[in-house]
Amino acid sequence: MPSLGADMDAGTITEWRVSPGAQVRKGDVVAVVETDKADIEVEVFEDGVLEEIVVPAGRKVPVGTVLARIRAPGEAAAPSEAPAPPAAPPVSEAVAPPPEVPPPAVPRPRPPGRVRASPAARRRAEELGVDLAAVAGTGPEGAVTVADVERAAGAAPPSRSERRQAELRRRIGLLMARSKREIPHYYLEDEIDLGPLAAWLARENERRPVTRRLLPAALLVRAVALATREVPEMNGVFEGGAFRPSASAHVGIAISLRTGGLIAPAIHDVQDRGLDEVMEALRDLVVRARRGTLRASEMSDPTITVSNLGETGAARVYGVIYPPQVALVGFGRIRERPWAEGGAVTARPAVSVTLSADHRVSDGHRGSLFLAAIARRLSRPEEL
Amino acid sequence: MTEEEIRALVLRVLGEVAPDADLAALDHAADLAEQIDIDSMDQLNFVIGLHEATGVEIPERDYPKLASVDACVAYLAAALAG
Repeated sequence: MPSLGADMDAGTITEWRVSPGAQVRKGDVVAVVETDKADIEVEVFEDGVLEEIVVPAGRKVPVGTVLARIRAPGEAAAPSEAPAPPAAPPVSEAVAPPPEVPPPAVPRPRPPGRVRASPAARRRAEELGVDLAAVAGTGPEGAVTVADVERAAGAAPPSRSERRQAELRRRIGLLMARSKREIPHYYLEDEIDLGPLAAWLARENERRPVTRRLLPAALLVRAVALATREVPEMNGVFEGGAFRPSASAHVGIAISLRTGGLIAPAIHDVQDRGLDEVMEALRDLVVRARRGTLRASEMSDPTITVSNLGETGAARVYGVIYPPQVALVGFGRIRERPWAEGGAVTARPAVSVTLSADHRVSDGHRGSLFLAAIARRLSRPEEL
Repeated sequence: MTEEEIRALVLRVLGEVAPDADLAALDHAADLAEQIDIDSMDQLNFVIGLHEATGVEIPERDYPKLASVDACVAYLAAALAG
């Protein structure tokens, strides 16, 4: 069972996508794990044959438990001797999938043709065991809404997504409290002139096809990753009483979910990837985070986090570091600001950048150099 | 494509971009961003989805013309007719 974050201690296998005897290749998704945050796809990290499934679907087991055995090419088949997987911690009451909500007492026949309803309403109906065809829709052209489904279900018990929401919020609280308790945070802030970046981006996007357009977020993420080369003590993890720097910048991206809460999966090796590749990864990550199809490798090892409030957010953000990381960079809304330079004041697009960093590893001077490195990279967007 | 087909297409692509939003409750005449919290990444994924489904290339300067479902339908209908 992979660790999908410092706040995870167990997970439930909900689905195996391969059977014993199947050939698997590095990167293949073989199983789905339900955590308190989301359903996460588990990949394999080597080629071979899936010899044995040790933990069947439905079992909840602690992080570190062997889930399956893979026989590498050329390796002899091992005798079947898998130890029984340990039970999950006592609080987690192994196995037990969420109780099914009984269907409505008087099911009505589904009329021919597809019922008009959004994917969210369909999911909610499935969760509550409501027959969509029996629900009177109040949306446009009689479409069934989430509220219609919930009304039809009556006093339903909390759904799986509601339970997960409550648990996610609890987990965020625990992790952030741990961060504030253990990490001596310090904060720095600067304002960056994004005039050159905005002009370059407008020119680039004018000539690019829609599928290759860039957003400022990709440049911000790339600038942070490159700046860690100059100030490496911002990039890594603090574990066992010591800081372990990372040679690669695996940048966690804080993504807010419409259903509430946020999740911070990583884009790996951002320092070695071109801007287009980072943009593509970012687009893909945001869609999959909201669809609930993130992968285990994306959740397990970010080395620094970027929180970007985007164009509709607040002017600045003072983030809480995700343990065991040691720094978080926050970007506020890009907005036009009066900018004084050379004795003249002009209106420029600007962004507030904040650094939340760990005093056990760095101090304000190094943090300032880090912010300066980010600003310098963003002033030369063509080099990103 | 008929207007109804374009509307269905717009809603399908929106559903792919924002799987966690309740699209059946959308007011088609009202601002999309205000109703389902569309950000710039969603907007880009939305125009890419529309492009892949229709071949229509929507320039950034036209994004404000896609503010509501009705506006999207009108924009695509005009683009496809032209």
